[in-house]
Amino acid sequence: MTQSSIPLLSLITFMPLVAAALILLLPKTSEREIKLIALGASMISLLTTLCVWSRFDPNAGLAFEERWSWIPTLNVDYRLGVDGLSVTMVLLTAIVTPLALLAHWKQDRNVKLFFILFLLLQTGMFGVFTALNFFHWFIFWELGLIPMYFLIKIWGAEDRTYASFKFFVYTLAGSVGILLAFSFIYLATNSLDFLDLRQKAASGELGVAISRLVASIHERTGFHVSASCFGSLLFWGTFLGFAIKVPIWPFHTWLPDAHTQAPTGGSMLLAAVLLKMGVYGFLRIILPIFPDQVHAHVHVLLFLALASIVFGAFAALAQTDFKRLVAYSSVNHMGYAMLGIFATVASAPNVADIANEKSAALNGAMLQMFNHGISSAALFFLVGVIYERTHTRKLEEYGGLRKNMPIYAGILGISMFSSLGLPGLNGFVGEFLVFKGAFPIVTLITSLATIGLVITAVFLLGMMQKVCFGPLNTKWAGLPDMTGREIFIGAVLMFFMFWIGIYPGPMINASNTAVRQLVDLFQTMTVAKF
Amino acid sequence: MNHLIYLYGTDWGMGQFPICSVWMILFTPLVAAALITLLTGRQKGLSAALSIGAILISFALSLRLFLLFALKGIQHHPHPIQWLVVGNTVRINFGMTTDALALLMLLVVTGVGSAIHIYSLGYMKGDPGFSRFFACMSLFTFSMLGIVISSNFIQIFIFWELVGVSSYLLIGYWFERPSAADAGNKAFLTTRIGDVGMMLGILLLWSHAHTFEFTELKAKLPTLGLPVGTLALIGALIFAGAVGKSAQVPLHVWLPDAMEGPTPVSALIHAATMVAAGVYMLCRISWLILPSQTALWLIAWIGAITALMAATIAIAQNDIKRILAYSTLSQLGYMVMAVGLGGPTQAMFHLTTHAFFKALLFLGAGSVIIALHHEQDIWKMGGLWKKTPITFWTFLIGTLALAGVPPLSGFYSKDEILLLAIERNPMLFVMAVATAFLTAYYMGREVFVVFFGKPRDYHAYDHAQESPWVMTLPLIFLAALSIVAGWYSKVPDFLGPPHEAQRHSSLLTGGLILVPLFGFLVAAKIYWKAEPSDAPVKVALGNLWTLVENKYYFDELYHWIIQYVQGTIAIVCDVFDRWILQRLGIGGLSVGTGLLGRTVRLLQTGSISGYAFLIGLGVTVIIYYAVVR
Repeated sequence: MTQSSIPLLSLITFMPLVAAALILLLPKTSEREIKLIALGASMISLLTTLCVWSRFDPNAGLAFEERWSWIPTLNVDYRLGVDGLSVTMVLLTAIVTPLALLAHWKQDRNVKLFFILFLLLQTGMFGVFTALNFFHWFIFWELGLIPMYFLIKIWGAEDRTYASFKFFVYTLAGSVGILLAFSFIYLATNSLDFLDLRQKAASGELGVAISRLVASIHERTGFHVSASCFGSLLFWGTFLGFAIKVPIWPFHTWLPDAHTQAPTGGSMLLAAVLLKMGVYGFLRIILPIFPDQVHAHVHVLLFLALASIVFGAFAALAQTDFKRLVAYSSVNHMGYAMLGIFATVASAPNVADIANEKSAALNGAMLQMFNHGISSAALFFLVGVIYERTHTRKLEEYGGLRKNMPIYAGILGISMFSSLGLPGLNGFVGEFLVFKGAFPIVTLITSLATIGLVITAVFLLGMMQKVCFGPLNTKWAGLPDMTGREIFIGAVLMFFMFWIGIYPGPMINASNTAVRQLVDLFQTMTVAKF
Repeated sequence: MNHLIYLYGTDWGMGQFPICSVWMILFTPLVAAALITLLTGRQKGLSAALSIGAILISFALSLRLFLLFALKGIQHHPHPIQWLVVGNTVRINFGMTTDALALLMLLVVTGVGSAIHIYSLGYMKGDPGFSRFFACMSLFTFSMLGIVISSNFIQIFIFWELVGVSSYLLIGYWFERPSAADAGNKAFLTTRIGDVGMMLGILLLWSHAHTFEFTELKAKLPTLGLPVGTLALIGALIFAGAVGKSAQVPLHVWLPDAMEGPTPVSALIHAATMVAAGVYMLCRISWLILPSQTALWLIAWIGAITALMAATIAIAQNDIKRILAYSTLSQLGYMVMAVGLGGPTQAMFHLTTHAFFKALLFLGAGSVIIALHHEQDIWKMGGLWKKTPITFWTFLIGTLALAGVPPLSGFYSKDEILLLAIERNPMLFVMAVATAFLTAYYMGREVFVVFFGKPRDYHAYDHAQESPWVMTLPLIFLAALSIVAGWYSKVPDFLGPPHEAQRHSSLLTGGLILVPLFGFLVAAKIYWKAEPSDAPVKVALGNLWTLVENKYYFDELYHWIIQYVQGTIAIVCDVFDRWILQRLGIGGLSVGTGLLGRTVRLLQTGSISGYAFLIGLGVTVIIYYAVVR
């Protein structure tokens, strides 16, 4: 573990917050300055992130660690750091946020508040991926929720009130699950540090502590519950919080509404980054801290991942709203990531060389997170581009747009193929690794999941056809093609699609070591500890 | 040639291939595609020149490699590039195979491809998407060559999907036509079903052998002692990929619709090369399927059924290109059957000759279509042989070659397959002979109706004229190949160890020569008239005619499945989401709140986390009031 001389991660995380404070001081009317400050701050975060990325040594474990004692009486440290699990997510956040800001460059309603909320959101997202202590991690986690709520509520489309309320209630319910679980864990262990808890879980100390807590609860309240049952409750509480965020079927119904109603940039960040916070929760918290519980319930979890893949794809097929369709494709795509993660947990005694299969699955899941961030941001951005011009999201109202918007059609086509996992583009590598790794371990479920691969292609090609092909709807004959700013946003995202599709090495290298360590956790696991 | 050698570097003297030039074969078309897309889209001439130049370079280099190997026996194995490393041991390489099989296929793809690229100059003239067309053609060439040189399953799968995309883009080239967009989707999705099977097969094989490399697998497979069932399953699943790509029953439905694309595309992708990729892949991995009797049996039967069924459908079609499309299906069935009968070299031989004469036939059809200003209905043609002599004569050569009339190439390659069939499985031999008869019959019908008799559309007929030289020259080139490709009967030997001398019974060979002649005779009897019509056949066949005219109702069946099964599942999922989960979610929350209250009471000293939670809640409330008020 290396202690960094300059607190780079704090700089990345709090730069947007500082900018938000600066903007607060500006008058409402100086919109241009507000936008420039917001963009500048997120650019500083991006450049710093690139610096972190280039100096990141995947084999060195935790890097750029910052640790200061914060509330010693409660044993709470301010602790930041990145490892292979989080560094790609920080990178993703840093890339997508400026693009989302750029997508709203023409924003003219309530600019000041809009950009402040955006910057708060960015701090929240960075914080979730860099924080290593539950105490401030949870503050960041909530910070990801609240600005998004207002972004949907104020700048959303026609049904924004309902959608924002639903988003808020669902995510808050999830947060409560996490909060309760960690309260008990704190009571039992007097620790909120993720890495510390991971160690305690691995050594069995956590199990002992939980048993003690259960006994003391029984003593004080007469409420009896077995230690293993209590452990499972803690696990399910945490699971609920992350499952809603990912979202895993059947906790996903907030997502289509929230996405459909959110403003373009909000949807971009929601799909690209906020969903990843849920998956990241599984990697950082659930797998290391509740290894036995995940392992015990892995069959249910695998089924849920399969359901997300298959039902998500079929539900997307039934959509007539462009944005809703893309939203459902997120449920499907996150399902692949979850399949990779849960396959890592499952045990399969007859599989030779299982550690490598699991590494492939988990690396695939990590890559799938990044890839989905890129391709879903692109797709939501493109929905926004066309919505701005036509003020409709109904698929049947488009048609033949390739005729007068060839650049738009080209970028949409590439993003679509990236999303459906075409080799040569990013989506394929992640999905393939998940399938490759998961297949020998959970053969039946993985085979069934391939239904999702076919249906995904069906609805994505159908979408492409309805939007771009066929005779041009005369209503849209005068639509201008994408502007330079819009092409720039598309081009940046396409760069990553091609880069990872052709040369995925660096991304895999970044996560490989951390993935191996996580896999080893389940290699050495023998019997349930509590 | 000299400056090329200079450019790409060579070490002839060392007895090795110039490695870099091997890669050039693959990447030159990709560079052309990228340049056209990014830079030269506006300059049509330059775009076409880039694309044609690229494939000609690939052709020249392939030819050189081929000759070096054929004449001097020089072969080189370029070192693979490591593409991906996962975990500690999982390595995925990007390698290059340059064995006889690959060299032959390289030559076919680049040779036929070059002719078709040049032909396109004339055929696509004046089309607004001219540059886009050539960019897609180059992308296709790159992907197809990628399949040919692949050295492992992942690589072949990657390029496999990429040819699918190029095909999708080119079928839907005239995207404003809903039928073209539909056909593109249908092609992509149908083949993807097969591809998913193929991927599962590859993964299943991996989980036993732990490698994707062809050479390693080939060596390792006999030592693994895989159960018969597993081996058959692996073979069948990987074969599914070929079923999709080579349009075998039951995934054949996309190929006839793919004729929505421009005719050069039909010739290159949907006749000569891409659809043959399935057969090529089966030959490439013949060591995997040959040990499994079950897999072989399945492959042979699927091939034979496809061959016969497509031939019967072809007799009742009216679109000049669709007849050829069904003929392609039928001939691909032949090749697949040959693989299933344990004769990959015979399959490759037929693949090669078929690539020449089928590309020729499609280009000839394209020439007719252009002469008649985009008319594709054979019943609006007639008497064209005088108007378009070069097209007619070359088309006739293609027809005779396809039907298997000696001494044209098709005779030799088809003969090999038929002899193999009678040796291994008489039932399949009967089906194959019936197919051969039908092939001659429907091709005779097409020739007689299109080129002979009285013109049925005098206006079009009067304006018809022979195509320009950029189109006729490729026709002549391919016609020459269609004649001579079978003479060099060493092609099968070239591919592998010489197979045992077959018992060439002269009676049998003589009988096989009579089959196509008989087919032509029957066709002539019915259609060699001033005003031919299908009426006598319709009467003779009755309901059978309706059945084949409607292609055995496969499309209707699949449409029903898509609409009712897939559609219903989708609606159920959606409704389930919107209503049931929604209700449960909200209902669950209210129950959850009650439980929550009770749980919190357990938390007797939970103030810290409660603190964090309150922060969250507090900030929300504050912002909410600040904003909404």
